Amino acid sequence: MDATTILAATVDGTYPLLRPATYDIVWSAVCFAIIAFALGKYALPVFTKILDERTAKIEAGLNFADEAKAMAETAAVEQEQLLREARAEAAHVRDSARNEATAIVAEARAKAAAEAERVLEAAQRQIDAERQAAAVTLRADVGTLATELASKIVGESLEDVARQSRVVDRFLDELEASALTTAKEK
Amino acid sequence: MLAAGDGEGGGFHTPTLADFFPPAIFFEGTPFEFNRITLVRVLATFVLVTVFVLVARRATLVPGRAQGAIELVLDFVRVNIVEEIIGKKTARRHTPLLTIMFLAIFAMNITGIVPALNIAGSGVIGFPIVMAVIAYGAFIIAGVRAQGGLGYLRSALFPPGVPWPIYIILTPIEIISTFVLRPATLAIRLLVNMVAGHLLLVLCFAATHFLFLEAAAAFKAIGVVTLAAGFAFTVFEIFIAILQAYIFVLLTAVYINLSEEAH
Repeated sequence: MDATTILAATVDGTYPLLRPATYDIVWSAVCFAIIAFALGKYALPVFTKILDERTAKIEAGLNFADEAKAMAETAAVEQEQLLREARAEAAHVRDSARNEATAIVAEARAKAAAEAERVLEAAQRQIDAERQAAAVTLRADVGTLATELASKIVGESLEDVARQSRVVDRFLDELEASALTTAKEK
Repeated sequence: MLAAGDGEGGGFHTPTLADFFPPAIFFEGTPFEFNRITLVRVLATFVLVTVFVLVARRATLVPGRAQGAIELVLDFVRVNIVEEIIGKKTARRHTPLLTIMFLAIFAMNITGIVPALNIAGSGVIGFPIVMAVIAYGAFIIAGVRAQGGLGYLRSALFPPGVPWPIYIILTPIEIISTFVLRPATLAIRLLVNMVAGHLLLVLCFAATHFLFLEAAAAFKAIGVVTLAAGFAFTVFEIFIAILQAYIFVLLTAVYINLSEEAH
């Protein structure tokens, strides 16, 4: 059915397809007015508002996520910084402790060595003194004993102390000399 | 369609334009004459408004199913028609009107396949004319608002870039095409699509009815074919109902865009 047929039907037919009746226009306009009012004044603004709200919320969410990410990154950097500082400090402390320990050990060792030397020296000195004393005592005792023994053997009293002493000394000297020669021969 | 099922049993019911001019129910002869077509329109209006108001009343930030479906439609008009054709700059101003036009035209179209209604509210010239007048007003107002009254007329009737003698033939063409043919084609395109769709459906179902119940036994099998065709055309009409609403609003958007942008 092309346009000319429709128009022809309109002009002379019973059904004016393209010629609107007044009531047709009126009711169409009324229906559209109701739709336009209800949707335009109420429904569409509601949906538009919700759409805008949703857009705003999504944008806010995205921004928040970005901020959180940036914050996390900053925190990570800070943490790493702190960790590095802590590590450096720990290493520093360890080094100084080690140095100190070495120093303490060295000092202690030096002190101990000095003490040992001192003790050794004192002991040596004591030994020398005691030997000296022993030698003196021994000499006197041996002298007396030998004199008594000799007087008993010889029957002669060697009461004269000077002589006695001289005899003993001579005897001892001879003794020492003989001991010396024996040692040399050995 | 009701006529087809009237049970007259008087042979084959030929689809005619009579379906679009039913007798009056109330107020015959007044400007408020109310007939079957008007009833269909009022029903379509009622359903559309009810659905939108109910869904809008309980609309939430996180949409449910009904709200999701409605938002899908609204997004379709806003994004695929208004923003794409007119551009985002002035889209917000034009979206409500174009959305309402789309929904109203679709509601009037879809009654053509709703059982018991079976006729498009836009199948009689009154509704297409009202829509075309609104589209006409919309693109003229948009043009005047964007370029001023004289500026709009100059850009619409004297497109720049042609030597002046051409205006002798170009300007009358532009007058006719912009201010006469645009609204006329909008209205007639919608009308004849709906009328033709209705006639096709009536033809298929009236033939099925006739073949099954009244024709000779040998022809009954053909009724299956006409029934299948009727089903196919029903599906097709759903598509056409959406498509015509889309085309109407799309062209209105194009006209608005042409008015806003100087040639």
